Amino acid sequence: MRFAVSAEQRQFAESLHELLARADTPAAGRAWARGEHEPGLKVWRELADLGVPALLVPERRGGLGASATDLVVVFEVLGHHAVPGPLAESVAVAPSLLAPELLPALASGELIASVALPPLVPFALDADVAGVVLRVRDGRTERVEIAEGPVRSVDAARRLFRVEPEGTPLGAAPAEAFELGVLAVSAQLLGAGQWLLERASAYAKQREQYGRPIGSYQAVKHLLADVATRLELARPLVHGAAVAVTGGEAVARDVSAAKVAAGEAAYLAARTALQVHGAIGYTAEHDLGLWLTKVRALTGAWGGAGHHRARVLAALEDM
Amino acid sequence: MDLDVDEASAALRDEARAWLAEHVPRPSLPSMDTAEGFAAHREWEATLAEARLSVVTWPREYTGRDASLLQWLLFEEEYYAAGAPGRVSQNGIFMLAPTLFAHGTAEQRDRILPPMARGEQVWAQAWSEPEAGSDIAALRSRAERTDGGWLLSGSKTWSSRAAFADRAFGLFRSDPGEQRHRGLTYLMFDLRAEGVMVRPIPQLDGEPGFAEVFLDNVFVPDADVLGEPGNGWRVAMTTANNERGLSLRSPGRFLAAADRLVDLWRERGRPEDVAARVADAWIGARAYQLYTYGTVTRLAEGGGLGPESSVNKLFWSHLDVALHETALDLLGPEGELAGPWTDGYLFSLAGPIYGGTDQIQRNTIAERLLALPREPR
Repeated sequence: MRFAVSAEQRQFAESLHELLARADTPAAGRAWARGEHEPGLKVWRELADLGVPALLVPERRGGLGASATDLVVVFEVLGHHAVPGPLAESVAVAPSLLAPELLPALASGELIASVALPPLVPFALDADVAGVVLRVRDGRTERVEIAEGPVRSVDAARRLFRVEPEGTPLGAAPAEAFELGVLAVSAQLLGAGQWLLERASAYAKQREQYGRPIGSYQAVKHLLADVATRLELARPLVHGAAVAVTGGEAVARDVSAAKVAAGEAAYLAARTALQVHGAIGYTAEHDLGLWLTKVRALTGAWGGAGHHRARVLAALEDM
Repeated sequence: MDLDVDEASAALRDEARAWLAEHVPRPSLPSMDTAEGFAAHREWEATLAEARLSVVTWPREYTGRDASLLQWLLFEEEYYAAGAPGRVSQNGIFMLAPTLFAHGTAEQRDRILPPMARGEQVWAQAWSEPEAGSDIAALRSRAERTDGGWLLSGSKTWSSRAAFADRAFGLFRSDPGEQRHRGLTYLMFDLRAEGVMVRPIPQLDGEPGFAEVFLDNVFVPDADVLGEPGNGWRVAMTTANNERGLSLRSPGRFLAAADRLVDLWRERGRPEDVAARVADAWIGARAYQLYTYGTVTRLAEGGGLGPESSVNKLFWSHLDVALHETALDLLGPEGELAGPWTDGYLFSLAGPIYGGTDQIQRNTIAERLLALPREPR
């Protein structure tokens, strides 16, 4: 057993971090929210150069044939930088749903996909930038058209679209499509939570009140210690779920456990980060809100904690 | 990244499972904090040792199996899943022994470890003092130089197992000119030596799980100093990291308790009002298991235990309380009936206090993991 990120995975994550730190993702997210996609799409093209959309595409279709554990390492970084766009949909889910002849374009980044999986994923995220919009219903994949949108999300950078009730049937949808989507969003939540913790800790070191950094007060530092603890213990669940998806055992149980823990840890990070920042964090000028609203949206996206807890219990009863 | 169990580890796990299925006492032993229960638990340690299962991570020469930490975790999962008795030798095998392996002499290891492994010598810990709880560096008990050894004076308290144990270990102020963390010496002493008085203290369940220990010029030979005199703080930190980090409460314990909680929930008709908390208990136990697999991977690759051990302790102490509260709430009016769930509940309430309180752990996490400024001390 070697239950840790590999050296190659760490290296890949580091190069992603470097790229995204330079890319000014907060500005891209703000533009995306106004419907100006270009700065965000530029980030997507850079991610494509590193092979991100190719991860789950098989090698014979121009992809990297990477594992779910690679996927979660990458999605934690994407979440850390609040990259806008249909990431889970296009990178994690679409490869198992699209017709093989479309996969090379997906892998190269030329094609972006969005997916709705009602009832848990009722909207197609950012369908207006997607070259192909899919819907999974009753285990079947269909290609669908946009019916209406964008519908506003609490996270302004998540542009949601309703799709037409009738679509063009494409074939059976593997169950893993949903699991990979939940897994990717869980990793994204983890990364966003980690960013919120880091920013709040940095602020607590620098901001002084009553003549001392607020981070020296237990009332503040204990809040942050609780966030660190929750995130540290959520990460192994996300990694464990990625191993389960790869190996095929207790997938629903482990993926749902990861979503519950990552969602709650990230949400605690968001609330705590806002509290530590105080009023400055409540302003639209500050970047904190971009992460806070994204975490709030992703906490419910792909099934909220109630749904996933029930799935954990159902799976345990079957064991 | 994988969760595969290699062949040798699987073999040890399977052997432990089969052996435990046959040997775990039924009905379960009386509380180890009674004279009768203590004796029964001591005997159980001997039974474990005969099967070479009492200290699997130790070297073979000390009745261990040279088991890896992963193998130990798998053993513990089997141990608690089988409902095996609590470990009366816990303080010795998980706190003192790692310190002996790190800082002890060959003579000390040869003399102390074998009877510890067989339960012939049960150890109590003697850290806290009436005026030194969270601020353990404020301790006042003294060790004065004498011919061939030291004379111990002062008092230790909340000393787990001391009511019935044979020997104890702790820190003593050996250089009165030094303060706080300096001038301390790690000493081991006989709880039945002349000058020792043990006053058992009943815990919430009414049984004397710990005691106050009074020392009045108790002679301890030089052979029972662990590490260098005056270097006790550093020596003790080895133990503290072991306690919080890995071995004090292994994940197997919580996984087994969470599985029992899920069973209870099902037997009681899956009550809706506690369903979320039942799921969270299982998720928490699984998280702790996987987190520990990660720790073991890091240690196997040469890493150490740092402030992560505070993360670990803060997490499981809360998990344990929440899990047992959920069981009692689930049982409703029957929740007050004394039994395994109330025993587990009362036991869990001590978790956020011993081995460094939650507040101390949060300070450590904030200051050492997040690099926040130290509070004025």
